Amino acid sequence: MAKITVNGEAQEVQLPLSLTELIKQNDVQQPEMVSVQLNDDFVDRNEWDRLQIKEGDSVDFLYFMGGGSR
Amino acid sequence: MIDFTEEQIQRYSRHILLQDVGVEGQEKIMNARVLVVGAGGLGAPVSLYLAAAGIGTIGIVDADVVDLSNLQRQVIHFTKDVGVPKVQSAKEKIEAINPDVKVNTYYEFLDSSNALDIIKEYDFVVDGTDNFPVKFLINDACVMADKPFSHGGILRFNGQTFTHLPGTACYRCMFNEPPPAGAVPTCSQAGVLGAIAGMLGTIQAAETLKYFTGIGELLTNRLLTFDAKTMQFRTVLVEHRDSCPICGQAPTIDHLIDYEQAACDLKNH
Repeated sequence: MAKITVNGEAQEVQLPLSLTELIKQNDVQQPEMVSVQLNDDFVDRNEWDRLQIKEGDSVDFLYFMGGGSR
Repeated sequence: MIDFTEEQIQRYSRHILLQDVGVEGQEKIMNARVLVVGAGGLGAPVSLYLAAAGIGTIGIVDADVVDLSNLQRQVIHFTKDVGVPKVQSAKEKIEAINPDVKVNTYYEFLDSSNALDIIKEYDFVVDGTDNFPVKFLINDACVMADKPFSHGGILRFNGQTFTHLPGTACYRCMFNEPPPAGAVPTCSQAGVLGAIAGMLGTIQAAETLKYFTGIGELLTNRLLTFDAKTMQFRTVLVEHRDSCPICGQAPTIDHLIDYEQAACDLKNH
């Protein structure tokens, strides 16, 4: 098990684990709705499959929020 | 230097009393020109607080008329205003609150043809729009014109905001491009707790006033998000991205883009 941080909260995950799998595990309903930061750097969408999570990683999901006016 | 009237000293006394604002800060506020894009959920509280604070000129862009379903959160519009252009309804309330404020109304959509012309007249832009095409348009136009702006978004029980100054992280640093049309629900489709608009809009108004008075630290290179269900507020550090398509080292965007709007967004209120 590896200790990582997701959206500021501690999580324990089983490695190996790709970023795509981590997104799935965290119940992100529409992955096209999020932008992902790994250790304070944005990760390009087409690298999500390839990118492997490591012990100590900090991941943030930033959600698109469109409302405001109407 | 503005000569404050007795009435102005009284009106703005709670600002003037603040050591960080004082007469000098109030004068900066009164010389400020702010563009509010969208006179809706966010634009309503933003405009009301900026008007009360004495911002010198407020421009408001909105092509909509007031709908009954707006009144649950768009507190600048009253029941009698249903059917009236939002910019006109907002202008009336702003002038009623504070006759010192000059209001410019733009009863039109902001798009690639008018954005730079309108924005260039102002010192600071507040994004209070409800859709991604215009959020990206505001970002791109402000980056191109070196204008600071406040980004705001709300959905259901959540809100997010950051402030951009030239050189700090922009919307595209965080979100490269708009999501596919129709992929992300907006308020008109997903709903929103009315008071959330007030929570986020007043943060944007406070950032605007901080910008002009130079108080404290702005929400630059930080994305503030909150979930009103738990009342958890969180700030995520977001760095300016070298590969950003508009403000990075080799920008690929050199003109404003009118992204396609999901059809359902245009009809539903």
